[in-house]
Amino acid sequence: MKKVSLELGSGGRLMRDFIAGTILPSFGNPVLDELSDASHLPGGVAFTTDSYVVDPLFFPGGDIGRLAVNGTVNDLVVGGAEPKFLSLAFILEEGLDFAVLERVIRSIRAAARAAKVRIVTGDTKVVRRGQGDKIYINTAGIGRSIARPRVRKIRPGDKIILTGTLGDHSLAVMLARGDFGLSSNVRSDCAPLLFLLPLWKKGALWMRDVTRGGLATVLFELAERLRYPLLIEEDKVPLSRPILAASELLGIDPLYMACEGKAVVIAPKTKAGEFLRLIRGHRLGRKAAVIGEVQDRVGRPGELLLQTATGGLRLLEPLTSELLPRIC
Amino acid sequence: MKELRNPKAIRKLLGDIEEIARLLPRPPRIMEVCGTHTMALFRHGLTPLLADAGVEMVSGPGCPVCITPNDIHEAAIGLVSQTEGLTLATFGDMTRVPTRKGSLQTAVPGPGSRIRIVYSPEEALEEARRDPSHRVVFYGAGFETTIPAIAFTAKRAAAEGIRNFSVLPALWLIPPALKAILEAGEIAITGFVYPGHVSAIIGAQPYEFVARDYGLPGAIAGFEPGDILLAVRSVLNQAAAGKPGVANEYARALRREGNPAARALMEEVFEPFDAAWRGLGTIPASGLRFRKKFSALDAASEYALEIGGIGRDLPGCRCGDVLRGVIRPEACRLFGKKCAPDSPLGPCMVSYEGACLIHLKYGRTRRPLP
Amino acid sequence: MCLAVPAKITRLEDSGQGTVDYMGSEVKANFSLVPKARLGDWVIIHAGFAISLLDEEEARETLQLFKEMADASS
Repeated sequence: MKKVSLELGSGGRLMRDFIAGTILPSFGNPVLDELSDASHLPGGVAFTTDSYVVDPLFFPGGDIGRLAVNGTVNDLVVGGAEPKFLSLAFILEEGLDFAVLERVIRSIRAAARAAKVRIVTGDTKVVRRGQGDKIYINTAGIGRSIARPRVRKIRPGDKIILTGTLGDHSLAVMLARGDFGLSSNVRSDCAPLLFLLPLWKKGALWMRDVTRGGLATVLFELAERLRYPLLIEEDKVPLSRPILAASELLGIDPLYMACEGKAVVIAPKTKAGEFLRLIRGHRLGRKAAVIGEVQDRVGRPGELLLQTATGGLRLLEPLTSELLPRIC
Repeated sequence: MKELRNPKAIRKLLGDIEEIARLLPRPPRIMEVCGTHTMALFRHGLTPLLADAGVEMVSGPGCPVCITPNDIHEAAIGLVSQTEGLTLATFGDMTRVPTRKGSLQTAVPGPGSRIRIVYSPEEALEEARRDPSHRVVFYGAGFETTIPAIAFTAKRAAAEGIRNFSVLPALWLIPPALKAILEAGEIAITGFVYPGHVSAIIGAQPYEFVARDYGLPGAIAGFEPGDILLAVRSVLNQAAAGKPGVANEYARALRREGNPAARALMEEVFEPFDAAWRGLGTIPASGLRFRKKFSALDAASEYALEIGGIGRDLPGCRCGDVLRGVIRPEACRLFGKKCAPDSPLGPCMVSYEGACLIHLKYGRTRRPLP
Repeated sequence: MCLAVPAKITRLEDSGQGTVDYMGSEVKANFSLVPKARLGDWVIIHAGFAISLLDEEEARETLQLFKEMADASS
């Protein structure tokens, strides 16, 4: 009998198949079929939702509350909308320390203020001890539509910009669990990406926040929708030393590690320089880099290619299962 | 070690390799014994570059997750599902191997039980030390590289009298497996790239029979792209000169005598037995089990686990042939179709160093940019 | 089969436990398998254990070899 496994939620192919095979046939409509981070509704309104589950609840650089605000805010930003309002729903486990809940709420308040959104509706449910894990949060977000991603306008020569280093969130959470005897000064990059909003007006073609599945999965999903392949260069991808260390030590590929405050932007060829300056001008985008481009000389349509530092070239696949450290 | 990835140095080595390969009577085929080498070759895009230089690389049996037979995996799944208050600690890749009982990832642990991923066996022992009322089983798979660490941890548990800790061993030795592959004679190979970190423990001597009895050259390699190419060049040079031996191309990390202290510890805690490998069958003195003195640490006897057969692979799975280097992963009918990374039917599609997963993930490589 | 990295010993206790620095990260390690290891030495770390001492002279020679090959090819 087929059962839901943890892998279904890992952002890999299993989830993609679930959406294509079960969700779309059940609910498909022109808005949903776009499968964008935020849905643009009639009347210039954009709408999105996300649920947040993280262990531990608090980690260097963030906590579940901050994630719940910024995650939804960022989905609106990369979907082409200015975030305005959030809903906030808690599912709490019986027996949770009230002080923990209050700490999360304070964090939500601070994050909402920083992201310039107001919490306008909400809900609280409590489940029996053992039937949930401390706190689960769902937020939905409403924003004002600014622009629509224009995948069909993407052409060879257009540039792929990554707004900063990869993997910091993923590693910070992993290390906060105290596993693997590894410690470093890595902090989650959890932050609102509001500073990217002006790029829409300047002609950005497409954006995605690099969350579950990492850069490779996000770009693979874009490549599938294009008539051209995408090429990224391994040695142009910004990585911090703690991430490099953990990836070599634990055998985890940073291209698949999650961030919570990074996005990948497709810039028209002629505007890449201007975009990069603008992004780097913001505190959260200082390490931004052009990491590759839309191709017409190598590869086939729909492919995501990586030029390795040693001069090899290989295809990248989307994440297929949860990232686990390996010793082999 | 950025120098060992320098594209110019890589090109120079590939040029040398192409030149020597042309001198040989037949196009060379080299077996990289170690799965971490397989991974490095594909990850850095070296496999197609080597093919252009006229060298075919064949993956060997060096993935402990892959060669561990299903009956041990099934015993581990059964143990954690049917026991209360038990932590089954193991390395990351072990959790995804599919069996007739599912995998550790789809297993539902018994009440109060859980499956925990660790980096070091000592993390498992530490959990047992913290809470003496909670039982911890470390499901440890590995070759000579990992075995001393497991032996140390087991010995420490015995010395401290920790009674709630035991080990389910899946421990394998590389030289007997090489001998079995050579004896089977199913594949024609020019030589071997030997595993660098296994050799850090066992040294160079255990491979000497390959050169002496089978006339095949070999070189011990590190894991940077440049390391592997140095070893490939050495194997070809030996073949061209007709002087097979065991070259150490990883001298910075290992001495020809290996690590005697680590070997002594292995030998103190474990003894060899005729073990069954997936795909290779039973090989004399190729596995390790606890010596009598340490039998209290053996989870297999503590929990009366049924282990000992070869275990049954899922129907159609040809991991066994892949592990012996007899077929390339692409030649299996299930490859990339019924057997894929998110629905693996065999361990070679599961392990990060499984040849099938690596071929599928990294194998569809293309020519470098002009 | 054996992912392992070179790292420098930053703490070494009599018990054989300690830490290494690997690219700026601190990693717990057990040095019992390399009895000759001293503070400041480079070791190969696998599954939380140092399994081998790194020979700095050999490491320098390898680096030199690769520098020469890179120069020769350009």
